[in-house]
Amino acid sequence: MSECLTFEYQVSGDDFTRAGEASSDVKNKLKMMGVDSGVIRRVAIAMYEGEINMVIHADGGSIKVLVSDDNIRLILADTGPGIPDVEKAMQQGYSTAPEEVRSLGFGAGMGLPNMKKFSDNMQIDTEVGVGTTVTMDIHL
Amino acid sequence: MDKFIHSVKLDKDACTGCINCIKYCPTQAIRVHGGKASIKPQFCVDCGRCIRYCPHHAKIAESDSLDEMHNYKYTVALPAPSLYAQFNNLTNVDIVLNALLSMGFDDVFEVSAAAELVSEMTRSYIEEHRDEAPFISSACPTIVRIIRVRFPTLIPRLLPIRPPVEIAAQIARKLAMEKTGLPSSDIGIFFISPCPSKVTYAKAPLGIEKSQIDKVLAIKDVYPVLLSHMTHDESKLRPLSTSGRIGIGWSNSGGEAAGLITDNYLAADGIMNVLRVLSDLEDEKFHGLLFVELNACNGGCVGGPLTVENPYVATAKTKRLHRYLPVSGTHMEACPDVDYLWEEYVEYEPVFRLGSNFRESFEMMGMVEDLTEQLPGLDCGSCGAPTCRALAEDIVRGEASRNDCIYEFIAFIQSLSGDLSYMTTEMEASGRIGPEDLQNLQHSIGKLALELRRKDV
Repeated sequence: MSECLTFEYQVSGDDFTRAGEASSDVKNKLKMMGVDSGVIRRVAIAMYEGEINMVIHADGGSIKVLVSDDNIRLILADTGPGIPDVEKAMQQGYSTAPEEVRSLGFGAGMGLPNMKKFSDNMQIDTEVGVGTTVTMDIHL
Repeated sequence: MDKFIHSVKLDKDACTGCINCIKYCPTQAIRVHGGKASIKPQFCVDCGRCIRYCPHHAKIAESDSLDEMHNYKYTVALPAPSLYAQFNNLTNVDIVLNALLSMGFDDVFEVSAAAELVSEMTRSYIEEHRDEAPFISSACPTIVRIIRVRFPTLIPRLLPIRPPVEIAAQIARKLAMEKTGLPSSDIGIFFISPCPSKVTYAKAPLGIEKSQIDKVLAIKDVYPVLLSHMTHDESKLRPLSTSGRIGIGWSNSGGEAAGLITDNYLAADGIMNVLRVLSDLEDEKFHGLLFVELNACNGGCVGGPLTVENPYVATAKTKRLHRYLPVSGTHMEACPDVDYLWEEYVEYEPVFRLGSNFRESFEMMGMVEDLTEQLPGLDCGSCGAPTCRALAEDIVRGEASRNDCIYEFIAFIQSLSGDLSYMTTEMEASGRIGPEDLQNLQHSIGKLALELRRKDV
């Protein structure tokens, strides 16, 4: 089975009320497809973290979810500020989130580390001033 | 026992085929076809939302008749704590309990008393299993049912303790058998319930093999009978109540959690709010919680569809009633030994899965996506499904057809009329009608008639 199903979402920036809508929709679709619930859990957590990152740092972006018979690929692309030091950003607890976001309980510096933890493979393509694309694979 | 038995039913005569209910059902379990609503049993979780929203009162909650009392030699009433909140100016729970005896029950056992035992049990269970927290309350059967079909990863978080009404039924039966010497089958245990979900529970409980509840009466049926038996002369009352604030407080949202004496809890009520909390719990968005109390009805059990009083007024009344009561009045060591824990784990029922395996579901999901894209996206409900996407799913499942969509149907009529017009123009131009032309005409008219018949026009 080489074909693949694609679900696409737009994430709007600075709108916390809508953050999580996309991951919730994907979760329902994967359940309807009978995907293993452990896999669904990982997809949902990784995607939600990415969604929140786009809301906080990049004024939104787009998410593509590609489902094939052995893999779920999440591609989160934004045209935000980019990540100057990826290695530092990957450290647990490191955060550049502004104070008002932290006061909402976000920006604990666990976003990217959690995305890595819950995916089998993660790649970050980023350029300062141009944007960031995070690609995550979760194997079925 | 049927796994998907449910107690919310349709009164076909009252149903006008309007589409209010399909829009309110949180699990998209209702369809309107052929002018009547129908409930998909495997999707329904007995939340009772359709009962509240149907303007024609065509959704009804099944419960047992009061006449059932005559079918047992000895009967015990188990009043839900929400029953107490139905009366104005009630100062003493014993007024209600004595009235239950006066209306014909041989004995009473308060569910609120059993609730205090469950609270006690829950405190020690959570203490012993802190590393597995947060636990989700399993007292509301609708919550257990929705987790069973929609949130498989949360099944292990369900508190494996029987609900208060079950503990009450077990104790009441034991006490009645000891007192009367009658066999179990002669004793009728009657729960007076705020909701149809408990009716389902009594017939097909989850977590245990068989419930000890024999019959479930609706608060709204018992209420008017009870009123005439209530005496406010407190000197004439037999002291029967043993529950304190914790037990009686269980009828309000947050009441069960209050019995755990911890601040690390979350309490949500109303099925739509509950669904959001469950989805967030699934994504592990909360940390450090010990307990999650969820009630399908607004305000908790006082908001049940079988109650009489407005849930928020009932909540205020509960507060007034239990203000001067001791914190807890019922304790395990003073009650007969019964089983508190579940006997069996709840199993995931993937009722929303499209196909029988991943490959099939994958292909069907692709078809659902394509179809959803092609449908008008108005979610008007005229097809009888709550959303265009739900119609697409029904079509892919083979339970509906594209022409159920009124806009698709109009497009179909337009294309058919185009075909007919083309055919007749051709015939006119050639000046003759051959047997083939006639056949084509008949074919088109036949298609139209078939679709109109299917639509019941």
